[in-house]
Amino acid sequence: MPHLFLGGPADPLLVSDALVEIRDLSFGYGSRQILKGINLTARRGQVIAIMGNSGCGKTTLLRLIGGALRPTQGSVRVDGLEVPNLDQQALFALRRRMGMLFQFGALFTDISVFDNVAFQLREHTDLPEPLIRDLVLMKLHAVGLRGAADLMPSELSGGMARRVALARSIALDPMLIMYDEPFAGLDPISLGVTGNMIRRLTDALGLTSLVVTHDVQESLKIVDYVYFISNGVIEAEGTPDEIRASTLPFVHQFVHGEEDGPVPFHYPAPDLAVDLGVARA
Amino acid sequence: MIWGWPVPERSLIPIRHLGHRVIESVWRLGVAARFFVLTLMRSGTCARRPHLVIREVFSTGVLSLIIILVSGLFVGMVLGLQGYDTLQTYGSEEALGILVALSLVRELGPVVAALLFASRAGSAITAEIGLMRATEQIEAMQMMAVDPIARVVAPRFWGGLISMPLLAALFSAMGIFGGYLVGVVLIGVDEGSFWSQMQAAVDFGDDILQGVIKSVVFGVAVTVIALFEGFDAPPTAEGVSRATTRTVVTSSLAILALDFVLTAIMFRGV
Amino acid sequence: MERTTLDLWVGLFVAAGIGALIFLALKVGNLGSFDSARTYAVEAHFDNIGGLKARAPVKSAGVVVGRVSEIGFDAQKFEATVRLDLDSRYQFPKDSSASIMTSGLLGEQYIALEAGGEEAMLKSGDRIQLTQGAVVLEQLIGQFLYGKGDAAAGAEGEAK
Repeated sequence: MPHLFLGGPADPLLVSDALVEIRDLSFGYGSRQILKGINLTARRGQVIAIMGNSGCGKTTLLRLIGGALRPTQGSVRVDGLEVPNLDQQALFALRRRMGMLFQFGALFTDISVFDNVAFQLREHTDLPEPLIRDLVLMKLHAVGLRGAADLMPSELSGGMARRVALARSIALDPMLIMYDEPFAGLDPISLGVTGNMIRRLTDALGLTSLVVTHDVQESLKIVDYVYFISNGVIEAEGTPDEIRASTLPFVHQFVHGEEDGPVPFHYPAPDLAVDLGVARA
Repeated sequence: MIWGWPVPERSLIPIRHLGHRVIESVWRLGVAARFFVLTLMRSGTCARRPHLVIREVFSTGVLSLIIILVSGLFVGMVLGLQGYDTLQTYGSEEALGILVALSLVRELGPVVAALLFASRAGSAITAEIGLMRATEQIEAMQMMAVDPIARVVAPRFWGGLISMPLLAALFSAMGIFGGYLVGVVLIGVDEGSFWSQMQAAVDFGDDILQGVIKSVVFGVAVTVIALFEGFDAPPTAEGVSRATTRTVVTSSLAILALDFVLTAIMFRGV
Repeated sequence: MERTTLDLWVGLFVAAGIGALIFLALKVGNLGSFDSARTYAVEAHFDNIGGLKARAPVKSAGVVVGRVSEIGFDAQKFEATVRLDLDSRYQFPKDSSASIMTSGLLGEQYIALEAGGEEAMLKSGDRIQLTQGAVVLEQLIGQFLYGKGDAAAGAEGEAK
């Protein structure tokens, strides 16, 4: 797939550098602790999956990395910068080097696909319009939607919207992209396309990808390392092979989609016999 | 127990509820005030990219034209009818022009136009912004290092502020025309005295300027309320729809309350 | 919508709005008339101004020739001092008289200027010497009652 990017291909010497370093991170609202003592490292050029069941704090983690939330304890470092300590200007400068893909794309509905992708270029750079046009078309080409440039977001299917959002997030060639449930609700073809695109972009641009998902099969195919979060702590971590072979009950239940295990099937309730009035509590 | 008197716990609940509501409203008022100041401070983008504001003037002003013009016409016509009916008993039909003009320019123009503006443009703004929040567009903007207040909120504020006085003036003008239609053309009040008495009685500084000041203040109030409710709405479908109704209700109350305050202040000067 | 069409509509809207404002100011209000003309100020003292207010018209032969600009009080002589702004186009003799009249039966009060016969004209800062205060309804009624009473006493006296 021939395409041009603003940055060069990944420098193999830099691959071992840690781009995102999270040490002992805790976050909660009042009495509710959402994340406890999280330790996570993401190196340049890696695709990291963050998995867990719904409501375990995965999206909160992304927000903490992006600086939208402040941790109650611990450190979040992106490219060596301590995110919670950054002032507005520095935070905005850092965000320009990060891209985020929201679950349903979060495209701006009042402007066209082309304008959506061009958004960051127009807001943050002084590039002339013809150059912006070329860049936007190239980004759209990279996700295979160059022909859809003049459509409005309401005319796109879910999968297409997400691909446009992906094109939008790579507009400024970020060093880090965070994906919030990129596989949710996609048909099998789009699943494969999305997965491949994530991997290819990461390799070609030399960036780092953090994929928050609970789609085990797709993500294990493309990621370099996996973190499992359950009840706010990291239950397990490892390479895809290690995860597949893991005998930890939680991981096993998750990977094989078992009905009952550490995550119970039944919502807490009194015994059935008691409810039916057959036995006494 | 309250101060030694045995009070049943259940009867305290509505009182506690009321107190809670009041405290919440005051707190929200403070948040809204801060939001307003923030909007003003981040208006630099609007000055550098006026096209953003122009888009909003279209969306709040031009799209409200029809309802404003038609309502203005009807209000003016009713004023003509009712006014003639009453003035006739004192033999002062020629004062119809004065009655129609003063009622519209001082009160009805700014107030009714603002109420219509609140229900059409205000609710649209709230729905737009609430929906942007619900579909994570605002968050996406923040993650792209674009300040949503500067890019989304401020242009709508200035757009609404520019539209409001213009709409009020158009309302008043249409109303006077409506009064003329009914009074002079239909009923037969003398055309000359209609306009000349009106000109003599309506003072630019006292009446017209007063009306313009009122409409500007109403414009600020309605737009800020609409923007805040939209921005503050829970990002769900239900939250947005509730916020939209709240905008219309709160704006209407604010308009009427401010109308009283402004009239009291400005009238004393006369 | 296309950018240019949008701009066109907004331009039309703003033009219409400003047009409405101008219409209100000129055709409906009194901006087009007197206030913009040049004026000169004269003073007049009254023993009672009644309901005269600032901005009340000054009329001569029924035509508006000026406005009341200021109403003050002379604490030495205990009279009302009224400042009139007269239109520069009209000159009045120095011995003109100013009286406070009511328009209609219960209407607002205004100042009626009656020209005198002198050759010299009023200049800015001059004082109108001949003034007639407002007619106060209670005084009028009192005069009427006492007048009636006097006439009755006179008739009685004559009858006696």
